[in-house]
Amino acid sequence: MTARNLVTEAQNTWCPGCGNFVIQFALKNAIQALEKEGVELDRIVLVTGIGCHAKMADYLNINSFYSIHGRTLPVATAIKMANPDLVVLVCAGDGDCYAEGLDHLIFAAKRNTDITLIVHNNRVYGLTTGQYTPTSPLGFKGRSTPGGTVEEPFNPLEIMLASGATYVARGCTRRMDLLQKAILDGIHHPGFAFIDVLQVCASYFNLSDYYDARVYEIKDHDEGDFEAACRKAREFDYNEDAPIGLGTLYRTTRPTLEERLASVRGTEKDRSATIRKVLEKRA
Amino acid sequence: MEDFSILIGGKAGDGINSAGMVIAHLFNRLGYRVYMYFDYPSLIKGGHNYAIVRASRERIGSHRDRVDFVLALNQESVDFHKSLCSGETVHIFDISGVRADGIGVNLKEILKEEGAPPVMGNSCIIGAFARAAGIEWAVLEEVFRRQMPKALALNLKVARRGFDAARECCRIQMLGPSPLPVISGNEAIGLGLMHGGLDAYIAYPMTPTSNLLHFMAEIAETHDLLVFHPENEIAVMLMALGLGYVGKKTAVGTSGGGFCLMTEGLSLSGMSEIPVVVVLGQRTGPSTGMPTYTAQSDLHFALHAGQGEYPRLVTAPGDAEQACTWSSLALQISWEYQVPSLILCDKTLCEGFFSFIDPGDTIPRIKEYPKGSAGPGYLRYQITDTGVSGMLYPPMNDTVIKVNGYTHDQAGITTERADLSSLMTEKRQKKGAALAEEVSRLNPVGIEGETGADQTLLCWGSTLGVCREVASRMALRLVQPIVLSPLPEKAVQDALQGAEKLIAVEENSDGQLAMLLARHGIVVDNQIHRYDGRPFALEELEARVKEVLA
Repeated sequence: MTARNLVTEAQNTWCPGCGNFVIQFALKNAIQALEKEGVELDRIVLVTGIGCHAKMADYLNINSFYSIHGRTLPVATAIKMANPDLVVLVCAGDGDCYAEGLDHLIFAAKRNTDITLIVHNNRVYGLTTGQYTPTSPLGFKGRSTPGGTVEEPFNPLEIMLASGATYVARGCTRRMDLLQKAILDGIHHPGFAFIDVLQVCASYFNLSDYYDARVYEIKDHDEGDFEAACRKAREFDYNEDAPIGLGTLYRTTRPTLEERLASVRGTEKDRSATIRKVLEKRA
Repeated sequence: MEDFSILIGGKAGDGINSAGMVIAHLFNRLGYRVYMYFDYPSLIKGGHNYAIVRASRERIGSHRDRVDFVLALNQESVDFHKSLCSGETVHIFDISGVRADGIGVNLKEILKEEGAPPVMGNSCIIGAFARAAGIEWAVLEEVFRRQMPKALALNLKVARRGFDAARECCRIQMLGPSPLPVISGNEAIGLGLMHGGLDAYIAYPMTPTSNLLHFMAEIAETHDLLVFHPENEIAVMLMALGLGYVGKKTAVGTSGGGFCLMTEGLSLSGMSEIPVVVVLGQRTGPSTGMPTYTAQSDLHFALHAGQGEYPRLVTAPGDAEQACTWSSLALQISWEYQVPSLILCDKTLCEGFFSFIDPGDTIPRIKEYPKGSAGPGYLRYQITDTGVSGMLYPPMNDTVIKVNGYTHDQAGITTERADLSSLMTEKRQKKGAALAEEVSRLNPVGIEGETGADQTLLCWGSTLGVCREVASRMALRLVQPIVLSPLPEKAVQDALQGAEKLIAVEENSDGQLAMLLARHGIVVDNQIHRYDGRPFALEELEARVKEVLA
């Protein structure tokens, strides 16, 4: 295996100062760390949705499935079901994953499929030029809500805890060190790993100073305690001012979708024999 | 007379479908070819369900306007179907709940004496029918043994009581041929997909293809096949594409409403060139329509579903053998040409039961395209003469495999360049031309009946069965395009050579096949439509064709 440049020659079109650069670096470093551990790069597959985040599929020189808006998780789940030896990474946006594809998010957590989801949560629609998302704060003035939004954001971490995610973490593009650790921890986690990444949108919702003043590294927290995880998740509700903890909120294990599927699958490989058997039964 | 029709009716929960199957198998054992139509409303308990089983010496795929026996578990079975009865029709009924003339059996009393549950009333009345029709007890016993995995002894006991309580009123002759498998259209599709190399079946339940999901799940209990039922049809389609990306040959199944949700994924299949097979079972629309009733009103939806332009295969098989053959071909073609394939069927075909001659070895094998060579220079969307690129699946040594729903270059990286966009559009067009060429080699148009006749019936899909018989009775030519996209224009024109009067028979109100043919310069003279959710009966269609020809 020749050493591979992990970045393609595709021209990068993210805005200067975009938080996506930080996520890209963190992801690239995590992939390099995996390679050092002996994971062949050819076994890694990246699935993306549609939005600024999704350009990651063009920029990283690994197997990729550039899917459509909101539809990362069914693709990623199927890839993992088909071949559990693959390491399946998903990059999705907040509009992508919390609005258009929320149903798939809840089901991915419920199924505990062994994939890692990184949500580029910039709390605004960037590519469509600045509309509110499910995590924009109440009163957010976007181009579809010039008078301010009239609904509270929801808290994705609470949704994930309620849906059965076995790894729940938060990162922020203002703290790449913690983000990189969360991504690598998520990939190592045997089950559905969810990482909400508070990402700065330089053009439409630049919260750099806001996050700098409030983020802190989660310490002295029992990751295995579900109730403690819920309390930690509720500390910041994506609306009111509060300290914003970064790191792992919850970690547990239960059988994955792939493991459970393997235990109920038939073993016959001969198609003609199967067809013959069916027809005999029906004669 | 070697053509019998038996109607069995009761309320939902009485086991009418399985009783119909047992009657079909009785005739099957006697050497008849059988067809069963099952009519049921969208509810779980109560209501009125009925099955019409038809048995004949010849291969059949339709029901008639008259029945020889009515087996009534409820009063509606007598009252609702008087138009199908004549003075010759024998009623066999439950005297504990039904008023009629004919052969009465006291089901309530018999079930009580035998300690049997109410659902076994159907076994009892089948016993009475066998006696009335002069079918030997041994034949019935064998059919019960083969078809009833549960509570066989008690079912046999109850059937025997029915048998003993009835009297013989005719003797149905045994014919020569040996029994055939009796399978549903859904099962024929499932077997065809298995023949074509299916690795995975993904579906969300929806009539009339839910039973295909159940059938594939049954196969997956012993066969190495992935069957999965996710949260909705959007996930179904996207999972299928994820599976296709890693090389798993995948089919999905649904009906119109579910297919609406799949169309964004269908378009992604067209753009990303990931193969997928869609089994689209039509039912009465628009919207929820009549969920358990039939229609042929989604042809144009299937032809045009999904934004943008991309080649697709649309095939509409007309009977169980065609369903098996073309499901295998649809999967193979989808895979070799990297296009979505749609198998357009309907409630009549999906949930009808047919005597089945396995086409197995006669199904063509589509020639495989080169797979492309792995390595750092691999291009998932390489431009070729046929437009078909070598398709590899991850993981592949030292190879990056990128698929993309955006306009992309040959490596699969997004582009918005004008020249590349044109080039890739032309690549997909070329693939469409290669696909049309392939289709033309596969006998994509059926021609039957009096093939030299001027007067010609045109049909597509499940009306094949009834049109076949009408064509044969009236000495008409019958032409059935089995592939509707890419439309095999030349093969259709060849099949219509010398035809003067074209009559299109369709179960929709717009005449969708006629509209499609008109676009290709083929003008239909007369159209016969039915759009009440019920399939044409033989004598009904014959009368309507006579009206047109008069």
